[in-house]
Amino acid sequence: MFITVTQSLMEGFGVSVQIFGLTLLFALPLGLVISFGSMSRFKVIKIPVKVFVWIIRGTPLMLQLIAIFYGPGIIGKWAQQIEARNFLTDFLSSWAVIDRFTAVIIAFIINYACYFSEIYRGGIESISRGQYEAGQVLGMTKPQIFFRIILLQVVKRIVPPMSNEIITLVKDTSLARTIAVYELIWNAQEFIKSKGLLWPLFYTAAFYLLFCGILTLLFNFIEKKLDYFKG
Amino acid sequence: MALLEVRGLCKSFGHTEVLRGIDLDLDCGEVMAILGSSGSGKTTLLRCLNFLEVADRGTISVGGEMLFDGSLPAERNLKEVRKKRLHFGLVFQSFNLFPQYNCLDNVTLALNLQKKQSPDEINDIGMKLLDRVGLADKVGSYPWQLSGGQQQRVAIARALALSPDVLCFDEPTSALDPELTGEVLKVIRGLKGKDNTMVVVTHEMEFARNVADKIVFMSDGVVEETGTPEEVFGNPKSPKTAAFLSKVIER
Ligand SMILES: Nc1ncnc2c1ncn2[C@@H]1O[C@H](COP(=O)(O)OP(=O)(O)OP(=O)(O)O)[C@@H](O)[C@H]1O
Ligand SMILES: [Mg+2]
Repeated sequence: MFITVTQSLMEGFGVSVQIFGLTLLFALPLGLVISFGSMSRFKVIKIPVKVFVWIIRGTPLMLQLIAIFYGPGIIGKWAQQIEARNFLTDFLSSWAVIDRFTAVIIAFIINYACYFSEIYRGGIESISRGQYEAGQVLGMTKPQIFFRIILLQVVKRIVPPMSNEIITLVKDTSLARTIAVYELIWNAQEFIKSKGLLWPLFYTAAFYLLFCGILTLLFNFIEKKLDYFKG
Repeated sequence: MALLEVRGLCKSFGHTEVLRGIDLDLDCGEVMAILGSSGSGKTTLLRCLNFLEVADRGTISVGGEMLFDGSLPAERNLKEVRKKRLHFGLVFQSFNLFPQYNCLDNVTLALNLQKKQSPDEINDIGMKLLDRVGLADKVGSYPWQLSGGQQQRVAIARALALSPDVLCFDEPTSALDPELTGEVLKVIRGLKGKDNTMVVVTHEMEFARNVADKIVFMSDGVVEETGTPEEVFGNPKSPKTAAFLSKVIER
């Protein structure tokens, strides 16, 4: 029995790790783009981005998951019923329910990109103006200043808050079960329904703990690596 | 003709007029010390010279080349701005070394990015400059491992690396403990010569008197008085200069 349960949980864990990996892969760079938007000098960019970040950070991820999974289908149905046909209604009518896993990934990427963007913004804004000016008077270009001077200092400062957020992501992957994506907890709950076994649910903790433990070690390693300079 | 010529430079922040028509002339190889009480616009003047601020009116020229003319539309081409900026160097009050680079890399970063010389040549230049500011043994040290005085000397070497026509210092010793100011002033004094033209904003009166060729006293955004150290310290013409000098020399 233990082996059957372990195998099933491993499968679920695989899905959880996929959600985790894909979210990080896209949310880490997207967060940087969003943070640039929220620091833009142009109000037409800055205000919408800030409102968007506020909405995403101000509503539960579970709700966003449901909205992204059911939303397009509902909009599609609604558009099909509209009498006036034009480019827009035709376009909206073509919207259909998206694949469950895709919906999870999209919702997670958007949600985490917004959280990351705020961490990036905090890090970037904490670098003193003198660092930029020192680069400027040495004739450096803006990208040179950002990539050769600012970035590593920002990275050093944001490792602790980012590691927090990334460890939260590990556990948030369990929200995917709300739209029936068979991740770790879903698979464990199946044993309650089918066999009346409760212990597999608690057994999942071992998987989360192991994964978070490895991540903690990784982040400690990165912090150590960046210990050679202060600032 | 003077190497550096500034004419009628004006700069306002909102409704505060910080610079109200500054004229300066400085010959090649000369050292100019700028004195003045807090808020008189000294930092703003240096920032305008280095294009960290854009002046509203007036002109700046170096070696006969007009670098800034307030009557023309502002230069929008960033590449051009960077080229103009390279005529000047600036040493900041707060050093602003790059913390993630060691001393040598701080000095050579800009040269490495310009790629005009080979890495070996650039390393050589960096070593020579660090030697010149007395830090040959600190090449591999990171800024946090250095005292304030040593950090400022690295910052000076970094500014020299690009061989600017005019090197500006904004109160280079104000952030330092008193016992560390001497080593930095000594380095600046050692740079004096036909190769280095320098503008030094300072509150160190001894240094200004002994090292500068020209003293400029600024007050409320104008040059209140200018002359040789003997003239300005020995026999100030403006009552404001006299009041300022008697106050600082008392201390
Ligand atoms: N970016 C800015 N925005 C608004 N006001 C500014 C700005 N920079 C400087 N000022 C104002 O300009 C005036 C002159 O400032 P500046 O820093 O040039 O003086 P300073 O002579 O260098 O003084 P200190 O000896 O204290 O360094 C001050 O009143 C200051 O408040
Ligand atoms: Mg100042």
